[in-house]
Amino acid sequence: MDAIFLSRLQFAVATLFHFIFVPLTLGLSILVAIMETRYVRTGNEEYKKMAKFWGHLFLINFAVGVVTGITLEFQFGTNWAGYSKYVGDIFGSILAIEATVAFFLESTFIAIWFFGWDRLSAKAHAACIWLVAIASNLSAYWIIAANAWMQHPVGYEIRNGRAELTDFIAVVTQPYAITNYLHTIVSGFLVAGFFMMGISAYHLIRKNQTQFFTKSFKLAATFSLIFAIAEVGLGDINGKEMARLQPAKTAAAEALWETTKGADFIMFAIPDEKNERNLVEFFRIPKFMSKLVLGDWDAEMRGLKSWPVDERPPVAITYWSFRIMVGIGFLLVALSAFAWWKRNNIESYPGFLKILLYAIPLPYIAAALGWIVTEVGRQPWIVYNVLKTSDAHSPIAVSQVGVSLVAFIVVYSILGFAAIFLIVRHAKKGIEAH
Amino acid sequence: MLETIWFMLWGLIWAIYFMLDGFDFGLGTLMPFISENDNDRRVIYNSLGPVWDGNEVWLITAGGVTFAAFPTTYAVMFSTLYTPLLLILFALIIRGVSFEFRGKIDDPTWKKVWDTCLFLGSFLPALLFGVAFANIFQGIPFDKDGIFQGNLFTLLNPYGIAGGVFFVVTFLTHGAIWLCIKSEGRLHDKAAKWASGLWIAWLVTAVAFLAFSYVATPLYKNYFNNPALFVVPLLAVVGLLLTRVFLASQSYWKAWFSSSLAIVAAVLFGVIGLFPNLYPSSIDPALSLTAFNSSSSPLTLKIMLGVALIMVPIVIAYQSFAYHLFKGKVTPAMLASKESY
Ligand code: HDD
Ligand code: HEM
Ligand code: HEM
Repeated sequence: MDAIFLSRLQFAVATLFHFIFVPLTLGLSILVAIMETRYVRTGNEEYKKMAKFWGHLFLINFAVGVVTGITLEFQFGTNWAGYSKYVGDIFGSILAIEATVAFFLESTFIAIWFFGWDRLSAKAHAACIWLVAIASNLSAYWIIAANAWMQHPVGYEIRNGRAELTDFIAVVTQPYAITNYLHTIVSGFLVAGFFMMGISAYHLIRKNQTQFFTKSFKLAATFSLIFAIAEVGLGDINGKEMARLQPAKTAAAEALWETTKGADFIMFAIPDEKNERNLVEFFRIPKFMSKLVLGDWDAEMRGLKSWPVDERPPVAITYWSFRIMVGIGFLLVALSAFAWWKRNNIESYPGFLKILLYAIPLPYIAAALGWIVTEVGRQPWIVYNVLKTSDAHSPIAVSQVGVSLVAFIVVYSILGFAAIFLIVRHAKKGIEAH
Repeated sequence: MLETIWFMLWGLIWAIYFMLDGFDFGLGTLMPFISENDNDRRVIYNSLGPVWDGNEVWLITAGGVTFAAFPTTYAVMFSTLYTPLLLILFALIIRGVSFEFRGKIDDPTWKKVWDTCLFLGSFLPALLFGVAFANIFQGIPFDKDGIFQGNLFTLLNPYGIAGGVFFVVTFLTHGAIWLCIKSEGRLHDKAAKWASGLWIAWLVTAVAFLAFSYVATPLYKNYFNNPALFVVPLLAVVGLLLTRVFLASQSYWKAWFSSSLAIVAAVLFGVIGLFPNLYPSSIDPALSLTAFNSSSSPLTLKIMLGVALIMVPIVIAYQSFAYHLFKGKVTPAMLASKESY
């Protein structure tokens, strides 16, 4: 085990853990803002109670999102010094902008919101949670733009032995950043929607505070359905962008070995990396893959074998992550459609409510897998076609990274358990807590 | 020119960070010694509650700005200081969640755990930032490949430790003053006593650290070359003395502004002394990373300057609003409400 491998593992642990909390922040901030706006509009105290109850859950989650983000910001320097030197000119500036335009807003106004119920007018108070929601979703744009630049570098030139910025606008407005951004924040909306549906379902099964949780349920069901449909559409656009810009990732995600004109879509396969083939292929739709990702039934798709072995991403991880994400995507559409359809007498479907409770993890899993497709599928490049991951590392000792990796795993596990424990406890209590 | 401006901005952002998170660290460190019961501790948590997160973002910005304006420094500094930096980050993690988690379960053991986290999460960063900056003033043993020739204990040399102690005492004083502003009754009286006592310790460590710096570092060189610059350390001294004056007259907000001035000026004193170095090598001065040999391209520096000139004043404006909104004392009524820690 070398230091690079350990650093990659550490980065993956740290980001994936951060991204357990991030999506709920992205979506729940908006849902709470909607509730409070309804309170301001209608004066109905029930909405205020909703904002407080869900806001409380939001805050526990938010705290962990914040503290795990900080380590990420510094890890580029600690573990990826080669990377930081090479691309800091571009990547560093985007991170710095994220902090100044978004993190300050978020952290200042969430505090004003929590402590300020009696200090501000109802309208000004609702404005605070909107600012938090906007700032969170804005911060995501910058970080995704930074990530998109690593996936598809634009607006730069190699000078003085590093990548230097030549066109800032190109970097922050490239289409790949926009499509990835939309797909990512919507994944957060889904996490939040299913979170709210699942917890409401828990109480509705027990016939507990029914009026309160029916209201929450309906809001969540509508929200989830809209964004579940949107997510599939955005995923399709994402897939087309990916095929255009990173054909090797697409080939891995579809386990396509041979370059083919009019490639078939295969629903299910078991890739065998060693022998460069699929062990099993099941349910084939002729030429559909070419149509799906390239828009033309007869278009030519590059197969994995057309890249040298050391320029191919790991196939099995990419393939399975992608398949499961997409599967969950369709499942979420079905679940939220049924929930929305039956929203007015959902209590008569206790079996379905139970399914919704157990569906809470699904969008989380899909989001984590999505990142794994994006990040693992990019390998061996850290900046696509510009810098290899193996050239990006810091000159630090294996022992240092080993120790810090263990520390990350231990601290984050404890943190994760504590956070989940508190969220579950508070969620189960319902509004009695207020 | 751009590089010099960014060097100063870089120093200023660190200075603001230490001024703001400094009292969080100080009060968190002081808590086990000054609080007698759960109520005292809740006053402390809630006095920091509305501001600590916004304060911490200045650290994220300081890191981000180092990355954006001086990427080579960012890379070499953070990888050579790997172990202390990760210790700081873990400390900040347990500090951050202790605010949110502590009050969620009404159980003495649970609260004790998070109180310990708040203490460690405040004390360790205060100490380690001091150690790190003192070592930077002195020069760090890194070679031409940016490899650190030493370990955590290399940094714990006498001057490094002096820097750590100086930071801890400074922040303790700053934090005690904050508690004077925020508390009432017995806790307030106790905080006032602590603040006066700590001030003397602060004075002593400040004088000692300045003298030690003269012996151990080249920080004063820039000042002797350009004596007008002595106005910066002078401001630090003025801030320090005014703190005493206002503590005596029980004008605690004024005392807090004075200690803030002292902290900002003290950090700037160090940063100016460092110029043009950002990260000097003690192995060979020629390897030192400076504002000029480690900076980003002019285009990036220009864009970032535009962003900073627009955004930083806006940030300061709404953060001031937040401080203003919560300028009063932490009252029993606030502690009784659900919207408190
Ligand atoms: C701004 C840049 C950026 C952003 C927004 C993300 N990543 Fe990333 N990711 C990297 C920059 C990066 C990196 C620095 O480039 C890594 C470290 C080592 C590597 O190969 O790429 C990486 C690796 C990496 C790996 C390991 C891949 C491997 O080594 O094979 C995983 C699983 C993730 N990331 C997951 C995520 C998740 C869950 C993110 C959501 C928060 C995320 N990434 C956002
Ligand atoms: C790998 C790159 C990343 C870095 C360096 C990073 C950095 C950070 C930092 C420093 C914070 C703390 C800010 C605070 O104190 O308020 C944070 C929080 C946050 N980040 Fe990230 N982040 C990364 C990836 C992402 C991604 C991909 C997203 C979104 C799509 C995201 C969304 C957020 C949000 C919404 C918060 C607010 C706190 C919360 O989640 O509860 N981050 N991040
Ligand atoms: C049918 C549905 C879906 C399709 C076709 C789809 C497609 C894709 C594709 C192609 C990528 C890789 C983009 C790239 O690397 O260039 C991706 C990434 C991602 N997906 Fe999905 N996805 C779907 C559903 C979902 C769902 C339901 C979630 C979560 C709730 C999700 C969350 C993510 C995330 C977080 C990423 C990483 C960020 C990004 O690269 O955009 N996806 N998706």
